[in-house]
Amino acid sequence: MTTSPSASKVNRAAGATANFVDERTSIAGFVKYFSRKLFPDHWSFMLGEVALYSFIILLISGVFLTAFFIPAVTPVHYEGTFETMAGVEMSEAYASTLHMSFEVPGGLLMRQIHHWAALIFTASIMVHMARVFFTGAFRKPREINWLVGFTLMILSLAAGFTGYSLPDDVLSGNGLRIIEGIVRSIPIVGSYISYGLFGGEFPGEALIPRLFTAHILLVPALILGLIALHLFLVFLHKHTQYPGGGRTHKNVVGLPLFPVYTAKAGGFFFVVFGVIALMASVLTINPVWNYGPYDPSPVSAGTQPDWYILWIDGLLRVMPGFPEYVIGGYTLSLNVLIPAVVVPGLFFGFLALYPWIEQWATGDRTEKHVLDRPRNVPVRTGIGVALIVFYVILVIEGSNDIVATLFHLSINDITWFIRFAVFILPVVAFWITKRICLGLQRKDRELVLHGHETGRIVRHESGEYVEVHEPLTDQEIWIRVSYDNHKPLVLEPETNEFGVRRRWYRWSRFKQAVSRFYYEDRVEPVTPAELEAARSSHH
Amino acid sequence: MQTLARQRYHRLTPLLLVLGLLALITGVATIIAPPPATANTEASAQDVEAGQKLFAANCASCHGLDARGQAGVAPSLHGVGAASVDFQVGTGRMPMQASGPQAMAKAPQFGEKEIAQLAAYVASLGAGPSIPTAEQVDGSLGDATNGMLLYRNNCAMCHGSVGGGGALTEGKFAPGLWETTPTHIYEAMLTGPQSMPVFNEANITPEGKRDIIAYLEAQRGGSPGGLGLGAIGPVSEGLWAWLIGIGLIVGITVWVGARSS
Ligand code: HEC
Ligand code: HEC
Ligand code: HEM
Repeated sequence: MTTSPSASKVNRAAGATANFVDERTSIAGFVKYFSRKLFPDHWSFMLGEVALYSFIILLISGVFLTAFFIPAVTPVHYEGTFETMAGVEMSEAYASTLHMSFEVPGGLLMRQIHHWAALIFTASIMVHMARVFFTGAFRKPREINWLVGFTLMILSLAAGFTGYSLPDDVLSGNGLRIIEGIVRSIPIVGSYISYGLFGGEFPGEALIPRLFTAHILLVPALILGLIALHLFLVFLHKHTQYPGGGRTHKNVVGLPLFPVYTAKAGGFFFVVFGVIALMASVLTINPVWNYGPYDPSPVSAGTQPDWYILWIDGLLRVMPGFPEYVIGGYTLSLNVLIPAVVVPGLFFGFLALYPWIEQWATGDRTEKHVLDRPRNVPVRTGIGVALIVFYVILVIEGSNDIVATLFHLSINDITWFIRFAVFILPVVAFWITKRICLGLQRKDRELVLHGHETGRIVRHESGEYVEVHEPLTDQEIWIRVSYDNHKPLVLEPETNEFGVRRRWYRWSRFKQAVSRFYYEDRVEPVTPAELEAARSSHH
Repeated sequence: MQTLARQRYHRLTPLLLVLGLLALITGVATIIAPPPATANTEASAQDVEAGQKLFAANCASCHGLDARGQAGVAPSLHGVGAASVDFQVGTGRMPMQASGPQAMAKAPQFGEKEIAQLAAYVASLGAGPSIPTAEQVDGSLGDATNGMLLYRNNCAMCHGSVGGGGALTEGKFAPGLWETTPTHIYEAMLTGPQSMPVFNEANITPEGKRDIIAYLEAQRGGSPGGLGLGAIGPVSEGLWAWLIGIGLIVGITVWVGARSS
């Protein structure tokens, strides 16, 4: 091969630079290490990336907004171009948001990009989390990464909520008012926390600047740091893979990270960006000029939080108002405490601890790198669907006024229906999902043992008619038989052979109960012996 | 500048496809605009007589032949005034049809002349608010900013921040106000139909009412940000984020994944 002198000069320069960097940082090792990492290819593995890319879009558009937003509640009189606000008294925060929307070129587009990206960021996190949940990607050794992810999810809610509260319009002010009420419902410390948070009585002057610091600095920095940790752990553990021929808990089958996967991922950024930009240029979001500057008295119909907080609004709406007690001069507002603090606490707590709960049931301490097909873990899949149903019902209750007008229903009927549905439907959903999973597993067994139905009927010489069944390929069989066949844990007797009561006996009994709940109903995978027997009987 | 911003986004909206979908799902229900009511002319005795005949034929079954109402069926109309009749019949609410949580607006059953006759008849039964003049309801003479402040404090809790509508209890609702004629807006405030409170001259002055009309008319040019999604707040935005945003992104991912393997 011949190279022109100039090209070789460039090459040499590039090589020298690389050397310079490498000798000082030993980065070549990393680059080689990472670029040779394999990444399995499946559409559901892109969901985490949607979250990542929408976060990057949030950062970029957020920097733009920061240049024009003024985080102050100093009153000013509006002098901008929006007609129906002429001369109205408002805070600087709100005035700067209007200024950004109507006078800064591209400002409205940027605001809309930022807000749509925020909604898609939170939505994609939840979808990603559901993927991780249903495929069992949280199992050992990835429990820690599940927790990191969980914290990211909570932080995304914090980022969204602090952002929603910044423009100081009627909507954000009402949201903060509700938060204040929730904080105050916490017994004993509530009012102190509220005073500390707001720097005095609501709304006060301190809050908007504080929220601003949290929104543009604290929360994004935490998210950024945790995303780095999250991705580092994904690399460290290697990505999981779906079951398939040759894929085991000890290997990874996929594309090398560089160049193939990187190119795909880079292209995918533009898909996410394109969709967000499309929405931002066509669809209005958070039209603060409609809501008007914050003023504690007016509350308009359709005052709701962004979608990811809506379920907590739903909890508040579904809760009957009566449990409010005055004890020794102090008010205990269980009607706020339970829906807004206790239930979300339990819900999020359950999610955070889920990997360990399932470990109690399986007692399995080995590493898992091959994902579960959701049908092969019927109880987990059932729990996941039940949680989603619970969540969605509450989102609907949080939108009950909109649902009522849209479908011409009575808002009171909706709330009463949901008071029951929120307890009943998740259980029903769990049961149905579990049954469907078990049914699918049985169908898999059937297929493995008897093959595909071909619809071809042949007549034997004896005059007997039989349908020809086509045996499955090895790949098809592998997918259907290679799953963990967990059985309920066996409880050791309460006392050991010396008649001494075992330590932790009650705890073991609890774990055994969990295990029974998970694995009492199960469909065993086809064993090689069964397969052999089935094959010989067919011939 | 606001109009400038609007134009900038108008050019980006040839995506009528999205618009079609939007109308379908957000359920921006088609509200049939009633023909604009004209200002009242002095009612003649003939009008009253004609109105009485119309009333006997169409309204008396519920309101009674003497329009004193029937307990549990319909209220007395003595003293409700011409404005109430013009509003109720002009928006198609009366004669009431299906019984439900509230009398629904529909295409009006009577023409302008008949409505005027009915109004004249009911007005002759007892003094009540009369139909506002064209000048009283002319939004271009009003101050939209003051209208915004009045609207926010008096109407937004039921009709939404810019008149997109909202739910009340037991299946009742405050309708959207974007299609309502200025005269009907004024009359609604004057007479307080059904669950809506009456806003008399002391609550909101006639000028204030006109300012509110000016504010509501300022909402009809569309949103500077693009399609308004019904202007019902964050719920519809969340729905769109899932339907279009997550829907498109996941759809594309699955599609690309299916093609590459
Ligand atoms: C099917 C029964 C029914 C018929 C027919 C009917 N109405 Fe009514 N009307 C009602 C009821 C019920 C109300 C009370 C509405 C409410 O408050 O929900 C009412 C209310 C009204 C009001 C408002 C009264 C107020 O307090 O301001 C007016 C005006 C009115 N009707 C006029 C008419 C006229 C004019 C006709 C004939 C064209 C008519 N109605 C036909 C049942 C009827
Ligand atoms: C308590 C809630 C409530 C308040 C406050 C309220 N309205 Fe209403 N409004 C209603 C209801 C309910 C209806 C529907 C009545 C009916 O169908 O007869 C209505 C109907 C209307 C209509 C008729 C719409 C149509 O197209 O037929 C107009 C116009 C209107 N309101 C304007 C206003 C204005 C302006 C204000 C503030 C000054 C206001 N409303 C305050 C509840 C309210
Ligand atoms: C800011 C939010 C988040 C970002 C940017 C993010 C990003 C990613 C990316 C890019 C991957 C690799 C690709 C994939 O499997 O999708 C991944 C994997 C993973 N994520 Fe997240 N994630 C976030 C939130 C979460 C949440 C909320 C959870 C669960 C509570 C979670 C748990 C996991 C786990 C366990 C893996 C490993 C999956 C496997 O190896 O199969 N992540 N994340």
